[in-house]
Amino acid sequence: MENSLDATEAIGILPDIYIRLSHDYNEASEKKDIYTLRIVDNGSGVPAQDVPSAFGRFLFSSKYKLKQARGTFGLGGTMTILYGQITSNKSVSIISSAGTSKIYEYKLMIDIERNQPIILDRKVHVNKEQWHGTVVELHLEGDYYKAMPKILEYLKQTAIMNPYANITFVDPRGRLYKFDRTTVKMPPSPKETLPHPHGVDVETIQRIIRITRCETMLDFMREHFHRVGDQTARQFLKFAKIDEGVSPKKLGPDDLVKLVQSMKEYNDFLPPDANCLSPLSEDLLRVGILKELNPDFVAVCQRKPSTYSGHPFIIETAIAYGGKLRKRGDIILYRFANKIPLMYDESEDVSWKVVKSINWRRYGVIQDLPVAVLVHICSTKIPYKTVGKEIVADRPEVGREILNGIREVARQLQRYLWRRERVRRQVRRLNVFSKYLPKIAEFSAGLVGLETPPDIDNLYRRQIVFKDFITSNQYADSEVFNAKSYKMVLVQIKNKHESNAVNVKVLGLAGLEWKELLPEVILKAGSELYETLRGRVKLLKIQARSTIADKEGIIEASVDGLSE
Amino acid sequence: MSNKINKSSAMERKDIVLKNLEHLGMRFCEQINRSIFPWVEMKSRSTDNIFYSPELRQYILGERTVKRSSRITSHLNPFTQMVWTAYFAHQLLRQKKTSTLRDVYYSAQAYDITFEDQAESDNIITDLETVIGYPREGFNVFPEERSAVFGDLTIQYTVPGYEGRRLNLSSHPDGMMIGPALTDARLIETSADKVIVIEKGAMFTRFIEERVYERFNAILVYTAGQAPRSTRYFIRRLNQELGLPVYIFSDADPWGMHIAMVIISGSANAAHLRELNTPDAKWSGVWASDIINYKLPSNRLSDIDIKRLHELQRDPRYKDELWQREIETFTKIKKKCELEAFSRYGLTHIVDKYLPERLKELSS
Repeated sequence: MENSLDATEAIGILPDIYIRLSHDYNEASEKKDIYTLRIVDNGSGVPAQDVPSAFGRFLFSSKYKLKQARGTFGLGGTMTILYGQITSNKSVSIISSAGTSKIYEYKLMIDIERNQPIILDRKVHVNKEQWHGTVVELHLEGDYYKAMPKILEYLKQTAIMNPYANITFVDPRGRLYKFDRTTVKMPPSPKETLPHPHGVDVETIQRIIRITRCETMLDFMREHFHRVGDQTARQFLKFAKIDEGVSPKKLGPDDLVKLVQSMKEYNDFLPPDANCLSPLSEDLLRVGILKELNPDFVAVCQRKPSTYSGHPFIIETAIAYGGKLRKRGDIILYRFANKIPLMYDESEDVSWKVVKSINWRRYGVIQDLPVAVLVHICSTKIPYKTVGKEIVADRPEVGREILNGIREVARQLQRYLWRRERVRRQVRRLNVFSKYLPKIAEFSAGLVGLETPPDIDNLYRRQIVFKDFITSNQYADSEVFNAKSYKMVLVQIKNKHESNAVNVKVLGLAGLEWKELLPEVILKAGSELYETLRGRVKLLKIQARSTIADKEGIIEASVDGLSE
Repeated sequence: MSNKINKSSAMERKDIVLKNLEHLGMRFCEQINRSIFPWVEMKSRSTDNIFYSPELRQYILGERTVKRSSRITSHLNPFTQMVWTAYFAHQLLRQKKTSTLRDVYYSAQAYDITFEDQAESDNIITDLETVIGYPREGFNVFPEERSAVFGDLTIQYTVPGYEGRRLNLSSHPDGMMIGPALTDARLIETSADKVIVIEKGAMFTRFIEERVYERFNAILVYTAGQAPRSTRYFIRRLNQELGLPVYIFSDADPWGMHIAMVIISGSANAAHLRELNTPDAKWSGVWASDIINYKLPSNRLSDIDIKRLHELQRDPRYKDELWQREIETFTKIKKKCELEAFSRYGLTHIVDKYLPERLKELSS
């Protein structure tokens, strides 16, 4: 699945991914449940000659350059195939095309001892429709019903991170789970970069030396490392006491260790560039969260690029509150690394520690409030704590960025909660006014012996200007509220429709012109808007229309005027 | 003093209260018409704004005021309650009906005005007293407690159904209850030349039986413990309107002393009100020194009694020589006794010996 997403993003195509898991049979004697897993994508496809190696061999990777991708070593896919082979003793079938005139179909098994693919069958089909993508079908043992919650959670979180992807899953019971895209924007694909000298190890240097054409260390440094130019290369070699003219291929193992050591110690390399990273962007993160979590409020933050040990990284954070979020008595944490959901061992993760270290009361987040925090770390090298790639280690640089990112969104939530509380108080106050002021007027009049009590509209008036109004594609005006004698006007607008959004704005007549007092706002289904307007206008009205053409909303709006 | 017809100051007071209430309603109506959320200002009744005035010889409120505004949400309910209470009081006065604190609490419900409990409605009534500057008896809200009066005093009723009718307060041997009708009555004529106020019902009855009113030419008032405000007001009227000196007899203990003191100098609770106290009234017994001089049977002062004595010692109302002297004597002998203690020497001992001696001593 992650390979599929990488494969589509690589060619800038909106991902359509189809996953089907079906129950094959149950070997009663061995109590084994065997499933068929079929994954279809519309990605770049795998070149025909690479198919056997890509799917039938470990560490098929020729990465001398770096860019952020979900997979790093080419382990995940092959591992799955191997797992399937071991548990089901069945081959894997791969169909792929890069959109050329041909579609290739392979049946493979892995020769584990020699780490070689065994090609059982190979077919070539005509590709009339210029289809591109990859289909992988394999068999594996498992217990779907036990794994189901994790699988569905994994898909949901993947959908949060990939709001531009269509993901379809058919489970063994035949149930269909659809995660539809709500945007067609994709983050720009990352650029490939050279490794930064602070981040290389002896093994990497050896690999580069093996392929380099450079004759001198000066050229070698200039050619193969990120942000190393002529001057930096010369100065560094002087620092490392290495002759500029010596050939890299002549360096012995001890020299290499010393070289790497010097690279780490040399402080004058320029910091790494972050354009090899592909964060999701604040907009897409917001879209993804709105789409899958349906909260009342969301705030997102993308931190500036930073580095740890020569590896650039970017932290993205988000906070969501209310709506369809479940109350869990504690903050829900979603962790992602290079857009992959991290599902296990949450409490060991640096993000968890940061979340726990924050005094949430300061931000108005008290226990039992439905709050979710999301942390996404993007890097060419995620500092995983373990080989399981589920736990991000507590690097001080990373921890600090996560903390700052969460604080930023938490502050926004605090403002939201504070405002909401203020609005709630305001509404309560208005209700109290309408309950008591008529009585004060009535009894005061009784004391004086007046037949009709003084008009409390002088003090406070509520007018319902839209009553269950059905919106259309064009803006429609509400009743007009005479605001002349009020210093403060409060507008309450509620979208009572269960699914459709509406656009609303508030206009005021000052002088001879209607001016926008409140610019256009989109009111989601079921959501409300409260706004306090000061400054005098003669008349006030609300306009509303359907956000999406031919999808009507239901609007109720009232205006309160207060004389003081 | 006899045969002098007095204009009832009680009736004047009612007229002023009625006007004040109407002004309050007028003020609110005008405020609403001018787009101003109705508000009133009144003197703060918090303890740090209660001061003792040596000139008035009673507690008064300081200069600090509080503003109650219907603009402020937390004031809105009490404000509405106060406007209603004013309205209700106005209705009572107009229709010449009376009510009690408890009755007001229940009446509110008929107007969809809710009070948490009676304490809340009592407090609002006190607010209204503060705003209009007159005690609730002025707007016909009377206490439940009832006290009595007996003596040669002719009054004229003003309450509906009895207007103009006259009554002599010696016509019933149990005394006449000091209720709303008596509070509002005109004081017409009397042959008495003094008022004797008694805390205990048994002694009040004894004084009537022993014809104290005749022998000492006195009007007798029974307070039934701590004197209700209407009784304090009635005693004040006897003193101010008829010019009669007032002598107060209560138990010889700190609590009895304080019953006398509240009649003389008023209470801190009523610091917002004037004309409830009788500054010239005299505490006439039973004193601590009487326990010694008349060899009265006595009990030991309890710890609470002694604590109370220390409080009274520091109280500005008690700074006069007589009070300080008696407090000291109490502290020294650590004894107390009741009015009834005189009965040890015969039922009439108090009237035959103690009373003439004490009245002679005080009037000289």
